Amino acid sequence: MAIEKFITTISRVVPIPIEEIDTDQIIPARFLKATDKKGFGDNLFRDWRYDKNNQPIADFPLNNPKYSGCILVGGKNFGCGSSREHAAWAIADYGFKVVVSSFFADIFKNNVLNNGVLPVQVSEAFLAKIFAAVDANPATELKVDLVNQTITLIATNESEGFEINAYKKDCLLNGFDDIDYLISKLPEIEAFEKKYKG
Amino acid sequence: MGKTLFDKIWDAHVVTEIQDGPSILYIDRQFIHEVTSPQAFTGIEGRGRKVFRPSQITATADHNIPTMDQHLPIKEYLSAFQVEKLKENSARHGITYYGLGDEFNGIVHVVGPELGYTQPGMTIVCGDSHTSTHGAFGAVAFGVGTSEVEMVFASQCIMQPKPKRMRITIDGELGKGVTSKDVILYILSKLTASGATGYFIEYAGSTIRNMSMEARMTVCNMSIELGARGGMIAPDQKTFDYVKGRKYAPQGADFDKAVATWKQLYSDADAIFDKEYTFDAADIIPMITYGTNPGLGMKITDKIPSLTSVDPATKETFVKALQYMGFEPEQQLLGKEVDWVFVGSCTNGRIEDFRLLAAMLKGRKRAPHINTYIVPGSYLVEKQIKEEGLDKIFAEADVELRQPGCSSCLAMNEDKVPSGKYCVATSNRNFEGRQGPGARTILASPLTAAAAIITGKITDPREFL
Repeated sequence: MAIEKFITTISRVVPIPIEEIDTDQIIPARFLKATDKKGFGDNLFRDWRYDKNNQPIADFPLNNPKYSGCILVGGKNFGCGSSREHAAWAIADYGFKVVVSSFFADIFKNNVLNNGVLPVQVSEAFLAKIFAAVDANPATELKVDLVNQTITLIATNESEGFEINAYKKDCLLNGFDDIDYLISKLPEIEAFEKKYKG
Repeated sequence: MGKTLFDKIWDAHVVTEIQDGPSILYIDRQFIHEVTSPQAFTGIEGRGRKVFRPSQITATADHNIPTMDQHLPIKEYLSAFQVEKLKENSARHGITYYGLGDEFNGIVHVVGPELGYTQPGMTIVCGDSHTSTHGAFGAVAFGVGTSEVEMVFASQCIMQPKPKRMRITIDGELGKGVTSKDVILYILSKLTASGATGYFIEYAGSTIRNMSMEARMTVCNMSIELGARGGMIAPDQKTFDYVKGRKYAPQGADFDKAVATWKQLYSDADAIFDKEYTFDAADIIPMITYGTNPGLGMKITDKIPSLTSVDPATKETFVKALQYMGFEPEQQLLGKEVDWVFVGSCTNGRIEDFRLLAAMLKGRKRAPHINTYIVPGSYLVEKQIKEEGLDKIFAEADVELRQPGCSSCLAMNEDKVPSGKYCVATSNRNFEGRQGPGARTILASPLTAAAAIITGKITDPREFL
């Protein structure tokens, strides 16, 4: 069951310049009752996106028509809190391919990677630059190149490198899945078990 | 060079390391619950496979269940469906399942230790960030996503990059009325909600050594709120005594053999940590949070920081948090009226927590306007509450004891706090909407919660001691 291959992405961005965005905000607990992975995008950022009467809150970036694209940009410590992979499913289901922040929570980072969404960690300074550029011109585009591990503000050609381990990069570029990989390693795992359990 | 406790356990579980990539890490025990497992079962079945090592997996229904009338069918359709799925999936794959009404049902992180599944030296995962709780036994325990739950179903392994090591040492005696919850809220207020991201924490020092196993679990439980991958404490005689005789612990000669191995589980004197922090127990008093992440906490007697004192980079987040909470910069919260009190959760839902609550409520009454959710962490905890007569003290204080579950910690069931209302909660997260849309959560210890039940206000529990 391969994941979708990641290709170089050029897109406008949806900015949410708030720090400590926890997974309860990305997808509130009351929407975790589904038993499949589909449809979570409808409730992505539910309580920031809709008011008590389920009316869209006009100035929330997901509702604001001036923002669009498949790159979500959030403040520091994005995805902290609950381990719910539903947060990653919601982001992927909504159509985002890339999440950019200056800092990601560990479990969230694994979760998005396991769903073919690329977390791009940039410096505080570059993050501030992105927010400023999008604020000045919502049509600002970013280019995310996984092969060369760079993120670029197209208008100014300002660019920064980002880290990803070689294994995960290979998985994303080829659409490989950790579970298939582990299944291919079962003989080795069984040999380990034998020794480990004595 | 010596090894840290974390490295000793991690290294013993590495099947192989991928060059410039994660390790394949063998998992001794996986706990599952109804919310984060169904898609993993669908996934593995879609691959035409069965669960690889079902005897190393334990299931309990906890997140989505009512805490009243548990003998009746669950009313809410989606919740009932999810719990039913867990039961069916567990049966189909030969996994032990503790459902509603089972004498061993309860919150996954309360059940694991009390049944002796949780043991020193183990690797433990669960699709739940508070899996760090089990680290109190000297285990490498951490929360994972559903893809990783499926990895363990398929291979009893996950793919993990090795985190860095952090040691937090707390020395000295805790003052009267200061609990392990205050210790971890204090650490959070100092290090922030991302202070340990990328790290695995070992808690050390005399303050930690002097804590009971229950208190240690509270500390390790909230490691994730610091952003840490997990938190752990080297096992000692208290740990061995706690594990001994429990249902799934090694028995007789096997137990003695196990203890001999467990005694090797400590950080060597010359082991190097990537980061170290030291705190003095004497500086800790009862703590509360004022914001919308657990790092935004303060001493109960303090004032909320002023706008000029917060880091300009975090100002917007700080202002947004206070706006949500309905608080002002420099406001003092002592005496602030609250509406609800929640005592329970995997953080503070163990017998010791209810003993603290009962000790303070004894001979006193609930303030009339206060609503409560008093929720044991498991059926065994509930049973012990009744055996010790604590339920009578609660009844006399006009406080209702509910049935076990995660309850108002994340309010997936009916145990919600209404919009705009304030709740003093012994749980682990004060995120926006965590206890229900618009609910305002103030995290605190069971003693501070008890004091709020009595006065109806944020109250320093030391006034009652």
